[in-house]
Amino acid sequence: MRSPRPPAISTVDLTRRFDTVLAVDRVNLSVDAGTIFGLLGPNGAGKSTTIKMLTTLLPPSSGSAQVAGADIRRQPRVVRGAIGYVPQLVSADGGLTGVENMALSAALYDIPLRARGARIRESLAFMGLAEAAHQLVRTYSGGMVRRLEIAQGLLHRPAVLFLDEPTIGLDPIARHAVWDRLQETRRRFDTTVLITTHDMEEADVLCDRLAIMHRGQVVVAGTPSELKERTGAGASLGDVFSAFAGATIANEGSFGDIARTRRTASRLG
Amino acid sequence: MADLRKLRRDPTEMFTRAVQPLLWFLVFGQVFTRTRVIPTGDLSYLEFMAPGILAQSVLFAAIFYGIAVIWERDLGIVHKMLVSPASRASLVVGKALAAGARGLVQGAMVAAIALLAGVPLRAGLLPVAGLTAAVLLGSALFATFSLVIACIVKTRERFMGIGQVLTMPMFFASNAIYPLDMMPSWLRAVARVNPLTYLVDALRTLMLAGAPPVMGLALDFAVLASVTSALVLLAARLYPGLAR
Repeated sequence: MRSPRPPAISTVDLTRRFDTVLAVDRVNLSVDAGTIFGLLGPNGAGKSTTIKMLTTLLPPSSGSAQVAGADIRRQPRVVRGAIGYVPQLVSADGGLTGVENMALSAALYDIPLRARGARIRESLAFMGLAEAAHQLVRTYSGGMVRRLEIAQGLLHRPAVLFLDEPTIGLDPIARHAVWDRLQETRRRFDTTVLITTHDMEEADVLCDRLAIMHRGQVVVAGTPSELKERTGAGASLGDVFSAFAGATIANEGSFGDIARTRRTASRLG
Repeated sequence: MADLRKLRRDPTEMFTRAVQPLLWFLVFGQVFTRTRVIPTGDLSYLEFMAPGILAQSVLFAAIFYGIAVIWERDLGIVHKMLVSPASRASLVVGKALAAGARGLVQGAMVAAIALLAGVPLRAGLLPVAGLTAAVLLGSALFATFSLVIACIVKTRERFMGIGQVLTMPMFFASNAIYPLDMMPSWLRAVARVNPLTYLVDALRTLMLAGAPPVMGLALDFAVLASVTSALVLLAARLYPGLAR
């Protein structure tokens, strides 16, 4: 059941080394256009490094990747024009209103001046932020901040949207609202969405396909139900995760990862 | 743009920044005007010092711009900018212009203080336009310099240390509070390669009627513009490193 369209993301032996550490080790991924793809793994598995390479923030040490039909090394500006990115860290500016944050994105993506006002209003309404549009972002709840950041990432109608841990630190209601908006985005704009997560429920509910990363490598990929079947009768996605990545969530991840995650969580929470 | 909106919402920063130049005028300036130990030609010491203090406040306001960029890095704002198709150089120039706008507000306050202290500033379109251009360019220069440092050190703690180490020598090894002629030759050599000297020289010519140009306005602006351009190019190369 492969779609006849070319994949939105494809990587060939994508590798990134930091000094002696192999953060991402010969990763081969193919993400079909118009799907929501989840990159799972414990902290430090290489998910964020993979996203940084695909979004052109970090050059790969070796290997190659195509995003929205463009090569991340040879055509980085074409890639940048075709993607949206919501970092794990809080990237909306608390000292500005929702509309002002959106205006900054509109300027960065060179959206024609005449179209800006209407496009910003429409995007904020789509994310359920119309009423809060003129409030300072520091008065927003964590879920509202995330939805605003997603609205910023989608303002220029990218073909591919990258989200790094989109619901980290959010309460269940806010998480469901974010998932709902992401699914609606895919349905309405045919956007390909790639998220990283270590939240099993998020992977199960939101994603069409998953790849589990462990120590820089993709250890298994498939739909959530395929992965559960492969693991055994009645297996949950948590069991899948333990089987392929080891029961290592608790003891993997550097101090830096933890500090960053908690900082994000406390700022959103 | 975003920065100016924030300044408008929280103008306390503007007033706290005005305290230091005020002290320089009231304390340092008054004392040295009385003692007359620094030869300043036809100008009173207070008059001589006023452009130096303006340049100093421009330098101090801009040199910590890198802190804001490191803060933006910690927040993920830098990442968001770098994944956009906007060119790196335009991102850096945007920062520099924002710093320039802040510098103008700062400069206007110091000029007002100088007037209140009895320094006769030149009026007229040309001096004021020139002054505006010099303050914009000076702010852009030091803000971009600050951005380059931020890209290299990447953490707030290291930046604070380096910021302190650089600012004071830049200020004292310049013509801000004493003329070049007074300096020992080694210090004069340092001051000659210090961009702050050229900013002070330009400001002094543009602000005061009786100030003979030491370097000449053309050279002042040429130095400021070329150093700023070189720093922008360097910063545009280093900026992507902040997201790694």
